[in-house]
Amino acid sequence: MATAAKAARPGYRRYYDVNGWFFVGSAITLISVFMAYPIIKSLWLSLHSGQGSVMKFVGFGNIERLFSDPIFMIALTNTFIFLIIQVPVMIVLALIMASCLNMPNLKFRSLLRTAVFLPCVTSLVAYSVLFKSMFSYDGLINSMLLKTGLIEQSIPFLSDPFWAKVVVILALTWRWTGYNMIFYLAAMQNIDKSIYEAARIDGISATRRFISITVPMLKPVILFTTVTSTIGTLQLFDEPMNITQGLISDVTLTLSLYIYKLSFRFVPNFGYAATVSYVIVVLVAILALIQFYAARERD
Amino acid sequence: MKNLPETLRMAFTYVFLSVMAFLSLFPFAWMMIGATNSNTDVTKGKITFGSAFFDNYAKLTELFDVGQIFMNSTKIALIGSFFTLLVSSMAGYGFEIFRSALRERIYQALLLSMMVPFAALMIPLFTLLASADILDTHMAVILPTVASAYIVFYFRQSTKAFPSELREAARIDGLKEWQIFLFVYVPVMRSTYAAAFIIVFMTAWNNFLWPLIVLQSNELKTITLAISSLGSSYSPDFGVIMVATVLATLPTLFVFFAMQRQFVQGMLGSVK
Repeated sequence: MATAAKAARPGYRRYYDVNGWFFVGSAITLISVFMAYPIIKSLWLSLHSGQGSVMKFVGFGNIERLFSDPIFMIALTNTFIFLIIQVPVMIVLALIMASCLNMPNLKFRSLLRTAVFLPCVTSLVAYSVLFKSMFSYDGLINSMLLKTGLIEQSIPFLSDPFWAKVVVILALTWRWTGYNMIFYLAAMQNIDKSIYEAARIDGISATRRFISITVPMLKPVILFTTVTSTIGTLQLFDEPMNITQGLISDVTLTLSLYIYKLSFRFVPNFGYAATVSYVIVVLVAILALIQFYAARERD
Repeated sequence: MKNLPETLRMAFTYVFLSVMAFLSLFPFAWMMIGATNSNTDVTKGKITFGSAFFDNYAKLTELFDVGQIFMNSTKIALIGSFFTLLVSSMAGYGFEIFRSALRERIYQALLLSMMVPFAALMIPLFTLLASADILDTHMAVILPTVASAYIVFYFRQSTKAFPSELREAARIDGLKEWQIFLFVYVPVMRSTYAAAFIIVFMTAWNNFLWPLIVLQSNELKTITLAISSLGSSYSPDFGVIMVATVLATLPTLFVFFAMQRQFVQGMLGSVK
């Protein structure tokens, strides 16, 4: 009501606009220069090719090159392997953790919660190097497995194409499960307790209550964490770079790592690198849409 | 399926959570212990404290100017955080208080930009800063991070809870809009600022890819770059690396334990 009266006053609209632009102006300027411009420039670059600063227009030439580039295919496959295995494992684990921590009468609740949350204060580089040290050929994990007799000889965790991916997936799960768990725990605390009470009286098992009450109630949060984890995994860089010598070996090559190599390690071809980066943009857009759509569908 | 007996379920919960807590904490213990052991002991998997901490630290200082590296990370994280909070909180406040159709549309574009992966920005950003001739400076590391769409969003969401009576009263007292922001809004929203600060500081402190691209001079490098180069050397000395990771992790651990509540609040800010 008050706003309507003010809006009618002459000069107010101007005052309103001047102040509005004053407050949002610097952010808009910075985002235009460091966000909007690079996005458009990337698109322009992706239609060009050449080494260094000599660029010529190639149209969709770079896209054709993608399909015949075996290293790009490796990067794409690896990224998808990480995405398809790591994200679901982590989200299920985080959900179970959250619902355990949400149990009434749980003792040491805040201690346990802090413990499982703590990994997400570490820097990606620091924890990557920690995992590298634990999984090195003559390292802790191998010597423990040898001692317990589970394996006969050391596993080359960091160089074997299969095990290197396992280590990266384990590392990612270690770092991010607690982070996602916090979102679920906060959401669970908002669920009305009487729903569970009613279900319990009706004799519905705990597992059933988890699947039929908790998970549907948490759908928006699960969607949010799935989308952010998907975006994060598609951009995976720090871990493969630092755990498995990403610059030398291709066993955990990801799209971001490949873009970095194309731009700053090989003879720079910014046009082709920009094309690979737009592959990530397109994948993010498609996967986010699918996830939003899937979440709506189940309503 | 029949209900599992209550005690069995509780037992499962405790076992599961204890195992998870152990797995979560173990690498921290491994890091602390490793920092006190020589490279051979670390690689052998020795899990008791040793006496090589000062040796490791001395070796680290031979390879890097530790004080300088630490200062570089601190400087980038603090200056970056200050400007990010200033610019992004002003924008969040402005978008919420002074609404217009055009600004609303810009805001929506801003939200969409959060989905754009950094990989798609880094090449043009690199060439842009190269043509401005500021590559290999701390400013080049900080500048692209200052306007954060996420923090703008976070402040706009939080501004919805800012009581409009306070603004009205300040206006009647004759305060200008920037004064209302600086002397009323900022103090009232300090816990929002604290939460946002933690997020921004941690992101800047832990940032790796962008500094890796931008910084070439050794005396400008940050602690994440130092750790990465230690780790990727031909024969990494893990005792030394552990000392460096302890140094890199302590500040964020400290911030976490000092401000645990704001820490979680800052993370959850986006879904409330």
